[in-house]
Amino acid sequence: MAEPALKPANTQADSSPVLSLRGIQKNFGGVTAIENFSLDLHAGEIVALVGDNGAGKSTLVKIISGVHPPSEGVMELSGEAVRFADASVARERGIEVVYQDLALADQQPVYMNMFLGREPVRGPLRVLDRRGMIEATEKLVRELDVRIPSVRATIRNLSGGQRQGVAIARATHWATKLILLDEPTAALGVAETAKVEELVASLRARNIAVLIISHSLDQVFRLSDRICVLRRGRQIGVRRTNDTDKNEIIGMITGLIESEPA
Amino acid sequence: MAMNTSTMGNLTRRFDLQQWVVYLGFLAIFLFFAITLGDSGFLTVRNLSNIVLQTAPATVMAVGLVFVLSAGEIDLSFGSTVAVAALAAAVVMQSWPMPLGILAGLGAGLLIGLINGALVAYLRLPSFLVTLATMGLFAGIARSMTNLRSVPVQNDLFTGIFGSGALLSIPSLVLWTAGVILIGHLVYRQTRFGAHVIATGDNPRAALVSGIKVARIRLTVLAISGLMAGLAGLLYAGRLQAARYTLGETDLMTVIAAVIVGGTALNGGKGSIIGALVGSLLMGMLNNGLILMGLSVSDQMIVRGLIILGAVAVSLREPNR
Repeated sequence: MAEPALKPANTQADSSPVLSLRGIQKNFGGVTAIENFSLDLHAGEIVALVGDNGAGKSTLVKIISGVHPPSEGVMELSGEAVRFADASVARERGIEVVYQDLALADQQPVYMNMFLGREPVRGPLRVLDRRGMIEATEKLVRELDVRIPSVRATIRNLSGGQRQGVAIARATHWATKLILLDEPTAALGVAETAKVEELVASLRARNIAVLIISHSLDQVFRLSDRICVLRRGRQIGVRRTNDTDKNEIIGMITGLIESEPA
Repeated sequence: MAMNTSTMGNLTRRFDLQQWVVYLGFLAIFLFFAITLGDSGFLTVRNLSNIVLQTAPATVMAVGLVFVLSAGEIDLSFGSTVAVAALAAAVVMQSWPMPLGILAGLGAGLLIGLINGALVAYLRLPSFLVTLATMGLFAGIARSMTNLRSVPVQNDLFTGIFGSGALLSIPSLVLWTAGVILIGHLVYRQTRFGAHVIATGDNPRAALVSGIKVARIRLTVLAISGLMAGLAGLLYAGRLQAARYTLGETDLMTVIAAVIVGGTALNGGKGSIIGALVGSLLMGMLNNGLILMGLSVSDQMIVRGLIILGAVAVSLREPNR
C-alpha cells in the first residue's frame, strides 16, 4: 500500500489539535532549558523538531512524554488540560515514544517486545496470551510492511532497520494520539533509512500526530508537513515545509535569522 | 509477504543446539557412568533414586536462582540462608508445634531474601556485593544461633513431609522437586511476572520505559530465592533429621553451575527452569558417579571443577551471528 510521497499539510482549521502546547517553560535549577514554547499538533500530521545539539529538543520530548513536568505552561490533549505524573500516564493517554536506543529487549522475540510491559493474559489463571500476541503482531507487521523474518524472531538477530521498524510498529500499535520519534534513522544505512521513512510517512493515514526529531534536513524536508526550529531553548519559528527551504531553516537553526515576533 | 522461512529455519536450528547442550551433556555423562560403573551399582534403581532425592534441595534453590539471574541479578547468600532457615525451624520445633517450625524456616528464608532485595532494589546496591556480604553475615549468624551445635529434628511428621516420607509411594522429596519445578516453570514462562523478570534482565531501561516496575521485580526475585533457600533448608533438615550450620555450605557452586549449564544466562534475559532441573540432576549424578569411581574427596573436587568449567564454557558460548 504505497502512500503518496507528501500530502499537503493539514490546515489547522480542519481539526482541533491532538496535542496543544502553550507557553511551555522548563527550568532546571537556575537554567532555563525551554522558554515559552507553543505548538499545536494535529492528527495525520508529521511535524519535525530541529535544532542544534543542546537546543532543547530532548527536553521537550521528555516534557511531552511525561518524564519531566513543565515548570510553566499548559498542555492540552484533545482539548483537555493534562499533567502527566510520569511517563506511564502519558502512555496510557495515547502518547508513545520511540527512543533513540529503541528500548527493545534484545533476547526476546518480536511479539514479546511489541507487548513489553502490557502483555495480554487470558483465563482465571492470567496466563500469557502468546497466541494473541503473535497474531496481533503479525497483523500489524503486515499492515505496516515491516519486513522481518518472523514475529518469533529474536530482536538481536534483526538488522538495525528491522529493529527500528519493530520499535515504530510498537509505538503505532499503542499510540492513539501522538508518536514521538527521536532520531529514528541516525544509525541506519541508506536503504534502511528509506524504508523507515516510508513507514513514518505511512503513519499519516493512521490518524495520529507524529513529532520527529532529526538532524538530517533532507529527511525533514522529505517527511514533514511543518518544521519547528529550536535554538538554545527558544522557539525560533514554525514553517510549513512547502513554504520554506533549507537555507531558511539552517539560518533559523544557526541564528543567522533571528526569531520574528509571534 | 514479509516471511522469509529459510532464514528463520537457520536461526532456530542454531539456537536449539545451545538449548540442548544440557540434555546432551546429561545423556553423555549418564552413558559414561552407566558403562564404566555398571558393575559398581550406578544403574540400580536405588542408586538412581538416591541421586534424585539428594539433589532435591539444590534443585529447589536452582529454581530461585533462575529467577534471580534472569532479572540480571545474582544471589550468593542462598547457601547461608539454607543453614539459618534449617536451624530456625529446628530450634522452634523444640518448644513449639511443627507448623510454627515450618513457618520459622520459610519465614527466615523469605526475610533474608527481602533484606537482599530491598538493598538491591531500593538502595540500588549491586546484588553481587549485597549478597556477598549477607552470605558472610548469615553464615556467621547460623554459627552463633546454636554455638555450632547441631539441633536434632525428631518430629516424625516433619521428617516425613520434608524427608523420608512418601505419598502414594512417591517419595516426598520427589514431590517437592516436581511441585517446585512445575510451579516455577509455569510462573516463569506463562505469567506476566515471568515475562517482566526476563525483560528486566534483558534490558532494564527498556523494561522501565515500558512501565515495568523494575525495582519491585528485583525485590521479588531475591525474595523468591530466599524463600526457596528456606524450603531447601527444611528439606535438608527433614532428610538428615537435624539442622546444622554447615547445611548448604557447599551448594553455592553446584547450584550456580547447574543453572548456568541449564541454559540460564549469567547476565540476565534468558533462562530455563527445566534446564535448571536437568543441570541439577547432572551435578548430582556427577557427584554420585565420582564417589562410586572411588575418587578421593580432593580428586572429586578437581574433576567436578573441570567438568563444570567445560560445561559452562560450552553453554555460555554465544552463537555466531
